[in-house]
Amino acid sequence: MHASICDFILDITQNSIEANASNIEVAITTDGETLELIVADNGKGMNEQQLAKAFDPFYSEEGKHNHRKVGLGIPFLKQAVEATEGSLDINSEPGKGTKLTARFIMNNFDAPPFGNLPSTVMSLMSFPGEFELTLKRSHKDEAYNVSRSDLIDALGELCDAESLSLGKQYIESLENELFS
Amino acid sequence: MAKLTLDDLKKLREQKKKELSRRDTESAKAQIIIGMGTCGIAAGAKETFEAILEELDKHNVSGVIVKQTGCMGLCYSEPSVEVVMADVPNTIYGNVSAEVGRQIVTEHIMQGKMISEHVFDKPAADIMKEGE
Repeated sequence: MHASICDFILDITQNSIEANASNIEVAITTDGETLELIVADNGKGMNEQQLAKAFDPFYSEEGKHNHRKVGLGIPFLKQAVEATEGSLDINSEPGKGTKLTARFIMNNFDAPPFGNLPSTVMSLMSFPGEFELTLKRSHKDEAYNVSRSDLIDALGELCDAESLSLGKQYIESLENELFS
Repeated sequence: MAKLTLDDLKKLREQKKKELSRRDTESAKAQIIIGMGTCGIAAGAKETFEAILEELDKHNVSGVIVKQTGCMGLCYSEPSVEVVMADVPNTIYGNVSAEVGRQIVTEHIMQGKMISEHVFDKPAADIMKEGE
C-alpha cells in the first residue's frame, strides 16, 4: 500500500504516460480540509468494460506487464480515498483520454500524509518519452503551474542528477511561496 | 527560500555546468534505472530515488543519468535498481532502501564495487536441483 498522497499521484500519472498520452495535466487543489487530485490525459482511454475492470485488483491490461496480471494502482487509490470518506471518479473514452478525480478529506483520521511533491513531480517529469506534463497546483487563493516543456527549456534533458535536483529546488520554492 | 523563476533556474543550470567543467572531474558516465511501478512505489522506490539524487549531489558526481521505469517484473524484491556503467557488469539490485541507494552511489558508482548482498540474482541453472 502507498504511504503518501504523492505516491498515488506518481502511480496514477504514470498510467497516463503508459497510455501514450501526449498531454497530461495534474491538478492538485487544497483548502486545508480537502485535497482534490485531477489527472487528465489524452491517452488511449478505456471503454466501459475496461474501466469497470480497472477497479479490480486482479486485472491488468493485457501486455502491460510481462510477469504479472494484477494492477493495484487504482484499487489502492480507491481504498485510500474511501478510508477518508472521500470519492473517486473516472471518466474515459477510447481514443480520447481519461480523467480521474480523487477527493481526499484531509481532516479525516485516516487521511494519508501529503508527501514530498517536488520530488514526486521531478520523478514524473523525468520519465522517458515525448509528452507534455503540466502541474497545476493551488491552495486557497494562491496557485502556480509548472510544465515539463518549460523545465526542459531551462534545464535541458531531465535525466541527469543535477537537472533533477535543480528542478526539485524550483518546485520547492513555488510550494513554499504558496503557503507563505 | 526565495521564489525561483524559470530564468533563475536557467542561470543556476549554467552556473552548475561551469562549476563542473572547472572542477575537471572525470564524469562517471553511468546510468541508474529505478523501478517505479506500483510495487516499487509501495516498497519505497521514491525515497530511494530521492536518496540517490541527494548522494550524487553531495559527492558532486557528474555524468550520471538517473532514469525511471515501470515494473521490472521483480515485485518481490522492490525497490529494484539497475546500474549500467563501464568496467562493471550490468547489475540489478533488489531491496534497495534509501540507505542502500546511497551505498550504490558511494560504492558502485564512485568506486566500481558491487554491493554483493543486494545483487538480485537466482542460482545458475546448472546448480539448481530438478524441481526447484
